[in-house]
Amino acid sequence: MHPAPSLILFTTLSGLGFGLLAWLGFGLKAPTGFAAIVFFGLGYALAGIGLLAAAFHLGHPERALLAFTQWRSSWLSREAVLSAATLAVMAPHAAASAFWGTPLPVLGWLGGLLALATILATAMIYAQIRAVPRWHHWSTPPVFLLAALAGGALLAAKLTAALWLMLALSLAMVAHWVAGDRRFAGSGSDAGTATGLGKIGKVRLLEPPHSGRNYLLREMVHVVGRKHAHKLRLIALGLGALGPAFLLMLPASYLTALLALVLHMTGMLAQRWLFFAEAEHVVGLYYGR
Amino acid sequence: MTTLPTKTDRKLGLVIDLDTCVGCHACVISCKGWNTQNYGAPLSDMDAYGAEPEGTFLNRVHSFEVTREQAPPMVVHFPKSCLHCDNAPCVTVCPTGASYKRTEDGIVLVNESACIGCGLCAWACPYGAREMDGAEKVMKKCTLCVDRIYNENLPEEDREPACVRTCPAGARHFGDLSDPDSDVSQLVAAREGFDLMPEQGTQPVNKYLPPRARDSLDMPDLASLCDPAPEATGFLGWLDRALEKL
Repeated sequence: MHPAPSLILFTTLSGLGFGLLAWLGFGLKAPTGFAAIVFFGLGYALAGIGLLAAAFHLGHPERALLAFTQWRSSWLSREAVLSAATLAVMAPHAAASAFWGTPLPVLGWLGGLLALATILATAMIYAQIRAVPRWHHWSTPPVFLLAALAGGALLAAKLTAALWLMLALSLAMVAHWVAGDRRFAGSGSDAGTATGLGKIGKVRLLEPPHSGRNYLLREMVHVVGRKHAHKLRLIALGLGALGPAFLLMLPASYLTALLALVLHMTGMLAQRWLFFAEAEHVVGLYYGR
Repeated sequence: MTTLPTKTDRKLGLVIDLDTCVGCHACVISCKGWNTQNYGAPLSDMDAYGAEPEGTFLNRVHSFEVTREQAPPMVVHFPKSCLHCDNAPCVTVCPTGASYKRTEDGIVLVNESACIGCGLCAWACPYGAREMDGAEKVMKKCTLCVDRIYNENLPEEDREPACVRTCPAGARHFGDLSDPDSDVSQLVAAREGFDLMPEQGTQPVNKYLPPRARDSLDMPDLASLCDPAPEATGFLGWLDRALEKL
């Protein structure tokens, strides 16, 4: 699949933002006063920038409000509704913490749950797509949820939780890769079933329908990323989860926490780029790749 | 609403005969022509006279080679367009309700004025039947020529999809696949028509007819004719071995 920069930024930044908001919502000792302004401001900014990046991905952003209507059937619509609901429900809790020093735990918890649901909805947009076997698997949502929660814990300065979540994230990523490598073969789709000619013999593309490129090839048959998959996995695992986990085991300081955050975000960008770039769509079978 | 209807009154669709298709691409051109000049946003071309021309098409013809055991390989031309699936994954993923499947005839359509151009439906389709138009930034797909088949301003023989009307080989058939007595249903039954990628669970309405069994001549084993010459003996054999050693 095409690794669109807007989608990579959206899923990493808004994931991190909603992860932070979840921690701020569930926080037993929620920050108050100036600290609350900084923490909640960061959460809202990350979530907002991510959502804005996603809007840039649209062909007709002026019609984006329509995306709030189909929550009964569409995960993308659910994501829109849940993200807006999270930001709305969390707002009184954030304002009360920042300006009156009295967090509103009920709204905080509700907002936290909504933030988690938003991240789950983001993951389900990809996990629901059967035509991309690598994504269509239970191991996809844990990667998104743990990445958001681990990054959010780091931002919210919940360093012990962040350490354990980073380790869980590394396991989830490895599980997703190991399972993912077998998904396409396990989907049962091949050139034979795609053309229905598999019963007659071995099917091979002789002539593509056109000599140039097209939307389908650009969007769904991205082959460059598959070449470097192994290296990128090591980068994602090392920088995104294990490196930060190691730093979190050292005596806590601003420097190690900041370094862990930078490493984690770099690693997550690599992971998300690879998530799209190495995912094979079954339509590639019609194009011999 | 982007939930799928539990049942459609009819199932209009195409039956494509892979035995008859000659791969002339006339259906591709007539589809592009009709759907550029009629209902919905035109199918644009990008960089049409430049180095890397490309465009939006609702129907494309691929050509495959099928290597058989004990028989020469076959070339099969393979037209592909929207299959108007009963369990269409492209419809349920749509966040705006722009994609829908009609209850009356099962045609899957896009309401272009509600399409935000997110592209998720094209990702959800295993067949590559949807393409985002490069100029209009809305999703385009086969409409089964919904503006022809019910169009009373057209002569009756033209009230079928443009691709079917134009096919010079008669490889494309249009009809109601929910009616077991319809011509298309009988064709599917007689020729063992099949679904594309049934394992994807999409339950396509369109069916494909397999190539018929070819006549088999008493052909010699072609591979044996390509065997290397038998080993030479005598002087030639010595020469052969001597040259080999050089």
